[in-house]
Amino acid sequence: MDKKSGARNILKTSACSHWIFIVALSLVSFSFCPAIAPRAEPWPGVDETVVEKFAREHSRESREPLINTDQGDLLLFAFLLAGTAGGFAAGYYWRMLLEGKTKAKVSSRLRK
Amino acid sequence: MKIPFLMTAVLLIAAPAHAMHISEGILPLPWAVAWYAVALPFVALGIRQVNRMSRQDLSFKPLAGLMAAVVFIISCMPVPVPTAGTCSHPCGTGMAAILLGPFVSSLIAAVALLFQALFLSHGGLSTWGANVFSMGVIGSVAGYFAFKGLRAMGASLAVSAFFAGVQADWATYMVTSVELASGIRGNEPFLPLLEKILLAFVPTQLPLGLLEGAMTAGMVLLLYRKRPDILVAMRVIKAGEVKANG
Repeated sequence: MDKKSGARNILKTSACSHWIFIVALSLVSFSFCPAIAPRAEPWPGVDETVVEKFAREHSRESREPLINTDQGDLLLFAFLLAGTAGGFAAGYYWRMLLEGKTKAKVSSRLRK
Repeated sequence: MKIPFLMTAVLLIAAPAHAMHISEGILPLPWAVAWYAVALPFVALGIRQVNRMSRQDLSFKPLAGLMAAVVFIISCMPVPVPTAGTCSHPCGTGMAAILLGPFVSSLIAAVALLFQALFLSHGGLSTWGANVFSMGVIGSVAGYFAFKGLRAMGASLAVSAFFAGVQADWATYMVTSVELASGIRGNEPFLPLLEKILLAFVPTQLPLGLLEGAMTAGMVLLLYRKRPDILVAMRVIKAGEVKANG
């Protein structure tokens, strides 16, 4: 067995898939576990802690957006609206995809 | 009609995001224009490919619609990462690139980022080109080639999709760091600043990339179980693989 086919066989094995998912799941669970988390900041975004922080250090400040929805509860409303529209669209198209399958099955049965 | 309502109900818990897109006004004008110039050809290729593929395959439109909605939602969904104490979001472009190709995925990301910049104070119009290039173009290309490369090496669908999602997420943040470092550095040397920005992203993006990988693998496997014929039509898998697995 050459090296290339050996690597292929390792990647194909279900043991390899299981191992990767177990490691990934453990890492994700570990990092999302509140008990081990630092408690200093009330969940700022990386735009504040990284992007805007470094920009400020180099004398670049962010500007107000063209349509400023970041005012009181307006942003919450905008996000709820976006979530509703996006969620409805996702569900609608998912249903269309599954209906396509059902239609294809029915037409193939009718042909028989 | 249960599924759309259920998904809508779940998504109603969304909260205002403060995440990784480069905010309005951060990049100097020449850099903002340059990133527009780099990103726009990919978006144009995406439009061309959408027109061609929607004529060829009827299932393309609903799949593209689904991916557009998913990328839009995912890329403005703040996920708290307790190891870092911060929030950020996955990108979704790896998933879209696997299913629709990197150019269509770039177009989808461009539209999502435009809506976010206009109505959600998320990203910005002046930084739209830079954000499209990092999340749309690089995220899609990195995810697509990671998936194709691993499949060519014989990796399973789940493993390939997982690493494509991880790669798309991490590549996005690497390029965001490059864009930011090159735009704000002034007279400071580029590489040390890039290194600092990259390291600052690591505590949040390292676990988030793994989450994105799991989401990507989950979506691809779900489609494989429900509509394997679409994956064959989109050249994600070969017809023989469906038959072989029943």
